[in-house]
Amino acid sequence: MSAVADRAIAPPSREAGIKAAEDAYRAEQSRARMRRRLLPAVGIAALIGVWAALVYVLKVPTFVAPSPQLVVVTLVAKFNILMANLLPTAIEAVSGFLLGNLTAIVIATAFVHKKSLEQAFFPVVVLINSIPVVAKAPILVLLFGNGMEPKIAIAALVCFFPTLVNMVRGLESVNPQSLELMKVLSASKTEIFFKLRLLNSVPYLFSALKIAASTAVIGAIVGEWIGSTTGIGALIIQSTYNFDSAMLYATVIVGSAFSVTFFLTITLIERLVIRWQPLTST
Amino acid sequence: MSERRTVTALEDVSFSVPSGGFVSLLGPSGCGKSTLLRVVADLIAPSEGRTSVLGSTPAEARKARALGFVFQDAALLPWRTALANVELPLEVGGRRTLAPGAATPRELLALVGLAGWENSYPHELSGGMRQRVSIARALVGGPPLLLMDEPFGALDEITRDRLNAELRRIWAETGTTILFVTHSVYEAVFLAEQVLVLSANPGRVAALENIQLPRDRDLSVRDTADFVAIAARLRGHLGSVH
Repeated sequence: MSAVADRAIAPPSREAGIKAAEDAYRAEQSRARMRRRLLPAVGIAALIGVWAALVYVLKVPTFVAPSPQLVVVTLVAKFNILMANLLPTAIEAVSGFLLGNLTAIVIATAFVHKKSLEQAFFPVVVLINSIPVVAKAPILVLLFGNGMEPKIAIAALVCFFPTLVNMVRGLESVNPQSLELMKVLSASKTEIFFKLRLLNSVPYLFSALKIAASTAVIGAIVGEWIGSTTGIGALIIQSTYNFDSAMLYATVIVGSAFSVTFFLTITLIERLVIRWQPLTST
Repeated sequence: MSERRTVTALEDVSFSVPSGGFVSLLGPSGCGKSTLLRVVADLIAPSEGRTSVLGSTPAEARKARALGFVFQDAALLPWRTALANVELPLEVGGRRTLAPGAATPRELLALVGLAGWENSYPHELSGGMRQRVSIARALVGGPPLLLMDEPFGALDEITRDRLNAELRRIWAETGTTILFVTHSVYEAVFLAEQVLVLSANPGRVAALENIQLPRDRDLSVRDTADFVAIAARLRGHLGSVH
């Protein structure tokens, strides 16, 4: 009697078991996803908490370090001033980014087409790159004056090198059999460049652009330190000299928020452009 | 710096491939069989000797698109879909239009058994499927000569067997001449009507064997006494090299 009952109940209970296991798996997955999103927020909150506690307990004077609350108040109260100063820095960083990367792409193309050009001028590029940004900046200020131009030039210079190196690698590291294929198809040099080399270099280019997005902002800010009355860099110098620590922190936050936004924009464009995965040869 | 040495890859190699035939070039690694194929495809110029491809020089044959080449690694462009990869020969090397009646890239993909996979990217395809795409690409324009450089060398045995059988079918359907490089005795015998055995250092012709097997063959032919005898004989030629 009991055996019959078992057999009658067994099939539905097995299906129910599978469903329960699936539900449990899905719940576990969404819990893990939640945890992945929540944990970084917890980390940041903890950092701000420790900061607030230290300033409160040690009675740190405001001209040394502000409390997080004061920084928030300053961010809101001085929002207009902060944005007015972000604008020139953003223009300089983005213009420098475009100029530096475009030049790098053009020069990389020339290098790949004419090996002797690369052999002659690559050492020059390495030499210029080995000069620290803070040392290059005054030279460019003397050359280009006190406007936006020297800052754009500095931002362009710091973007230039990583993009050039990556772009040359991307244009040259073409699968040798793909190159032979192009020759069998009697493809011209131009066709090989546009249909093979250029597309092959796109993933390399984007990994350089992501580095350049943050370094361009650094370049613009360093440029403003040397001689400027507006911009994030100028605001950093001014608030430091005025012992206005809250303003200094607020400026730094605005500057890095812009830098992160710039980086994320490039990452987003990369995802839209690169739909393929590079093949590893078997 | 390493000392540069010139290596004589091939010496005194002379053979001809009958039109519409299927010839396997069999030999150990380093016997110059890939070099030979590249001379025929005008990818390498020989230091001496004469190569005639369909009555003209290799360079003329290449420019006339008289030959298709299938590489060991499928050499697909990863940013192009399967269909776009097959269309590549129509986009480069001057304006190319398909002759009326010639198989379209879509039809060629169907011929190699990939109908329905047109919009897949290479990374979404298995190794065997990638090699099928590259065969379809080599067949664009219906070249009278198809050169294949160990195309199934990197595939697992099961996939390789299946593609061997399919290649026989494709050869029969297209009527193209195939010159097939391999280092597998079984593959060489199963596929070809004629096997050319090359010896190494430098490459020379060690033997030429006409394969007396039914034209309509499937993989089971490899278990017949005839097949085993031919394979044993060829292995003997390979052994006598050393």
